[in-house]
Amino acid sequence: MSSTEKKMKKVFTRPNALADVPTHYCPGCTHGIVHRLIAEAIDELNCLGDTIGVCPVGCSVMAYDYFNCDMIQAPHGRAPAVATGVKRAKPDNIVFTYQGDGDLAAIGTGETVHAATRGENITIIFINNTTYGMTGGQMAPTTLPGQVTQTTPYGRDTDTAGHPIRVSEMLATLDGVAYAERVAVDSIKNINRAKKAIKKAFEYQVEKKGFTIIEVLSTCPTNWGLEPVKALKWLEENMVPYYPLGVYKDKEAAVNE
Amino acid sequence: MERNLMKGNEALAEAAIRAGCKCFFGYPITPQTEISAYMAKRMPKIGGVFLQAESEIGAINMVLGAASTGTRVMTSSSSPGISLKAEGISYIAGSDLPCVIINVQRGGPGLGGIQPSQADYWQATKALGHGDFHVMVFAPSTVQEMVDLVTKAFDLADKYRMPTMILADGLLGQMMEPVTFPDEQSINEYDKSWAADGHKNSRKHNIINSLILSPDDLEKSVQERFERYDRIAKEEAMAQCYLTDDADIVLVAYGATARVTQSAVDLAREKGIKAGLVRPQTLWPFPVEHIRTASENASDLLCVEMSMGQMVDDVKLAINCSKPVHFYGRTGGVIPTPTQILTEIEKIAGGAKE
Amino acid sequence: MGRIIVDEQRCKGCGLCIDVCPKKILKLSEDKLNDKGYSFMVCFDMDECIGCARCATMCPDIAIEVER
Repeated sequence: MSSTEKKMKKVFTRPNALADVPTHYCPGCTHGIVHRLIAEAIDELNCLGDTIGVCPVGCSVMAYDYFNCDMIQAPHGRAPAVATGVKRAKPDNIVFTYQGDGDLAAIGTGETVHAATRGENITIIFINNTTYGMTGGQMAPTTLPGQVTQTTPYGRDTDTAGHPIRVSEMLATLDGVAYAERVAVDSIKNINRAKKAIKKAFEYQVEKKGFTIIEVLSTCPTNWGLEPVKALKWLEENMVPYYPLGVYKDKEAAVNE
Repeated sequence: MERNLMKGNEALAEAAIRAGCKCFFGYPITPQTEISAYMAKRMPKIGGVFLQAESEIGAINMVLGAASTGTRVMTSSSSPGISLKAEGISYIAGSDLPCVIINVQRGGPGLGGIQPSQADYWQATKALGHGDFHVMVFAPSTVQEMVDLVTKAFDLADKYRMPTMILADGLLGQMMEPVTFPDEQSINEYDKSWAADGHKNSRKHNIINSLILSPDDLEKSVQERFERYDRIAKEEAMAQCYLTDDADIVLVAYGATARVTQSAVDLAREKGIKAGLVRPQTLWPFPVEHIRTASENASDLLCVEMSMGQMVDDVKLAINCSKPVHFYGRTGGVIPTPTQILTEIEKIAGGAKE
Repeated sequence: MGRIIVDEQRCKGCGLCIDVCPKKILKLSEDKLNDKGYSFMVCFDMDECIGCARCATMCPDIAIEVER
């Protein structure tokens, strides 16, 4: 080993809150990036031993094997209700859910809206990739108008299949919501912003400020039929215009104004 | 011992709190609403949690969450609401979580009616959700028994790590009777080292989960659960027998129906007919041995239910169809009267003499 | 001055890291596959690495460690 090599310090390594195991996600799927950001936030807030995660039904169902905190696997769409039960029983623990768009905005809409309006002091990490990944790419509540999926083979026709739901905007109207931000993981800049948002949501929970949700625009290269790099580009060009990035609700900012 | 005159639903709620229930999640539905109302009043005073959920589905999943942390938790509903909870109950059973579920039954199917019924027997004992699993089902027939069985339901839920159910009905829920509570009730502690309550960096992370993708592993996990069920069937089945020693006709009835049936047995005895009653206190496990023993010397059995005949199947199985098992039932919220049951007994007795 | 350490067995060959590397010194293995059958990322000119960690930030499989 040369003397220059000895001087080098590790500047990037796997966070402690993330189990040292390979994931089952497809090549280029951004779930792994978001998992890492959550784990880094947990590490930085030093709350691994107090954190309880709730994973959904969908591609990220096995997230219980990937996080080193205690984990619960919820029925499809019910993670916010499960997290409510956990948090009410153990108010001093940090509780987060990790949910996809079908889970959160279709079958679990009721649980999501009511956990939000109750101001449950939990954090939801919401992965919006416009499709049902696990079942092979069917239309999700967030599928874009005209987007081709297995169940919208001619493109989503809003006359018959309805319109996409903008979750962050919708939840921002509720008084129980302390923080709602939409981020993306399609570029280094956006990943860094996503990290800040996720950490802020966890901080708000630690400070018992209420319900926090971070919507993360993500890719599904396999079901979109795109190479991973092209999928990031597709996200930027198609999803961001329909789902603008930014803070939709910040209780503290409103106080400071 | 305190002695109070209480409504069945309220006595049950108070007993749950005394049994260490710390969280209650529910949704309004007749005829069990007094349980929620009582919990809403009492829980904040004892540092417990009462939360009115957005739906029955929300409520049972909150139960799943609280149970995952090792906390004693309960929900209550009535028939249509229990159907909605089915998904969550299956997950709770598949995740080996303890909790107590109350069903104050009303008439069905569909929205049905709001009068007492026992038409959810099949649902409670055979199919509370998808998959191979059981829930322990207790069937009180007095307000005092509502109190006694709820404590047992919490203990056995913890002991066997499974959901337990109190299958009551609108009659028991709404009636007032004197009940006694023990002055000081100690709460039994069970191992909760499996709980997802934050590992404090002192143990490996716990996972509460019902997903097992490998067929061999899933089969093994279900088989292990069924070994536990076998143990429960041997050790926990409960029933009370009334005048069965010399009975020619053994009646079988549970819950509120058992009260009416007992009166019918007395009327039959007055008329010189040797009738007796077996009253199952657990419906799963079904008290097979109690029924077999009690009916050993009988010629006939008569099952009485507030349904079109559901438990009667289990009675036939209990005695391997070795004797005639007759059925009398009213449904839709109609409560059978002692005289109506007596008529059925007389028919059987008359038939037997011919 | 930097260096990356790639866990070849964790890499799924998605190529997101290659796209964001400012020095363009990453590529997918051409004649070797890992145990899962994926081409994996290799750095063909480590002397050029500045340790910016853009590759690691983008990696969905946390298969890259960075030293600087």
